Amino acid sequence: MTATAGTVEEAGAPVPRPPGTHGGARPGPWRSRLYRWDVRYSPYAFIAPFFLFFGAFGLFPLLYTGWASLHRVELAAPDHMEWVGLHNYIRLLDDAFFWNALRNTFTIGVISTVPQLLMALGLAHLLHYRLRAATFWRVALLTPYATSVAAATLVFVLLYGRDYGMVNWALGALGIGPVDWQNGTWTSQFAVSSIVIWRWTGYNALIYLAAMQAVPDELYESAALDGASRRQQFRHITVPALRPTILFTVVVSTIGATQLFGEPLLFGGAGGQKGGASHQFQTLGLYLYEQGWFNFHLGRASAVAWTMFLILLLIAAANMLIARRLRKSH
Amino acid sequence: MRRPRLPRLPHRRAPARTRAGRQLHGGPFTYAVLSLFTAGSLFPLVWTAVTASRDNARLARTPPPFWFGTRLAENAGTAWTEANMGLALLNTLFVAGTVALGTVVFCTVAGFAFARLKFRFSGALLLLTVGTMMVPPQLSVVPLFMVVAELKWTDQLQSVVLPTLVSAFGVFFMRQYLLEALPGELVEAARVDGASSLRVIWHVVFPVARPAMAVLAMLSFVQAWNDFFWPIIALTQENPTVQVALTGLGRGYVPDQSVIMAGALLGTLPLLLAFTLFGRQIVGGIMRGAVKG
Repeated sequence: MTATAGTVEEAGAPVPRPPGTHGGARPGPWRSRLYRWDVRYSPYAFIAPFFLFFGAFGLFPLLYTGWASLHRVELAAPDHMEWVGLHNYIRLLDDAFFWNALRNTFTIGVISTVPQLLMALGLAHLLHYRLRAATFWRVALLTPYATSVAAATLVFVLLYGRDYGMVNWALGALGIGPVDWQNGTWTSQFAVSSIVIWRWTGYNALIYLAAMQAVPDELYESAALDGASRRQQFRHITVPALRPTILFTVVVSTIGATQLFGEPLLFGGAGGQKGGASHQFQTLGLYLYEQGWFNFHLGRASAVAWTMFLILLLIAAANMLIARRLRKSH
Repeated sequence: MRRPRLPRLPHRRAPARTRAGRQLHGGPFTYAVLSLFTAGSLFPLVWTAVTASRDNARLARTPPPFWFGTRLAENAGTAWTEANMGLALLNTLFVAGTVALGTVVFCTVAGFAFARLKFRFSGALLLLTVGTMMVPPQLSVVPLFMVVAELKWTDQLQSVVLPTLVSAFGVFFMRQYLLEALPGELVEAARVDGASSLRVIWHVVFPVARPAMAVLAMLSFVQAWNDFFWPIIALTQENPTVQVALTGLGRGYVPDQSVIMAGALLGTLPLLLAFTLFGRQIVGGIMRGAVKG
């Protein structure tokens, strides 16, 4: 075995023969040339299918959206494009509903992401104990992830019903009057956020748990020897060790929040693209959908898409700055 | 039973000798909180079934129903025919299955190339792939829609399948896995034995990558099943996926609440079933993907 390994090393080296040395001594010149081609070009064949699809349905549309955003394009005749320069963007900045959607996306993003990640961190901490039926807890907490946006939102619409909803019934039992979850600004945004929180808390908890399990036990052991309490260990060992993971989930959740679409759409019922009677929970995703597929302005929808992208880039840059600052201070 | 342990006072400074971290057993508090969250996670699902088994009149009364009624089959039947749920389920099964298969094969092969083969621009191409992972899907909807409209693919399943057939995340996930699980010597040895690249893929890469492929398949399947934004733009109620059909229900094409809930239940049940069967593997997959990602 070792002898073969030795020859492997020797034989492996001269495979990409320098040009000019004919593979005459090798078994058949044709076969060896084929073999060399195979080695040289097959990597491209292996990445080709991915990049073909990726280019056609990912990269090309990304750039083309930018191009379309500089044109007037109507839904009825998508191939008729009229150059308008930055007009779509200017219209956007002039539209009160755009700013409304931007503000809603921000507030809903904050009230769904912050509690979600904090609860996930706490849950992960609990899941990290040695538990009976450990798998059961993990699977049960993850089941909302298997539920689609549509199915989840439909149940929550029913739960938050003004007249016969279970939430208002429970509040009534506590002596709190019925809340109009759909029509209030804060209440509707809270309701939409709760659907996001419900679906993603368990998922994030598992991600934190995975990171916690990667923290070496010795750190905890030595801290315990020094008399650190469980809470101190959590604060001074677990959280710092999880910092990259926390940053990762913050970025992912922020991206998710910026794209929020299905929950508010269905929470609004018929005419959901408006995000409520007075647009009180219309997000940027809904605004884009309304501009493109209800007002038929594909060009303006493209401008909304690129604006969302720029906002995401800003957030990513801010995240990187914060991460660097944090790294320096420790 | 094991030998009895000394009772430990909760919330006091841990004795110096305790081993912390995952060694410690959870106390009653842990179980109480976990039970609370588990109940919160499962309740909306159970209640979907409860409301799906009632009639509309009962849902328009307080207090809301807490236990199952008798009309589940009837409501499900109505949803099946009126909301096109039967066709929707078949369509979704086809879409999610194809997407999962395509993602796994294409991403494994590309991930292998990035992990173990040398070629020009591999670093730059990988960076490009990872970089576009954070581009929101909204950014490509308009051109995709134009293409689909141009090709007269509106309403056809390929308009949903093709754009999601590969995933940048999948390539990255497979590359990270293969970097660890597939020793370079194994590939070289196969090469020296005269194996062509396709043989290397088939006889070396696929067998080694199988666990990660299973995980990626499950994740892509769940994602494709639940995909929402693009399908409701590309498809109509005539030839829907489950999510599109549910959107129709939610927007009042069928006004009956209990039928809507029956539809929601039908659309969720297959994945819940998969979760009860493969829950351990799915959880493991998400946790593994998390550490690598």
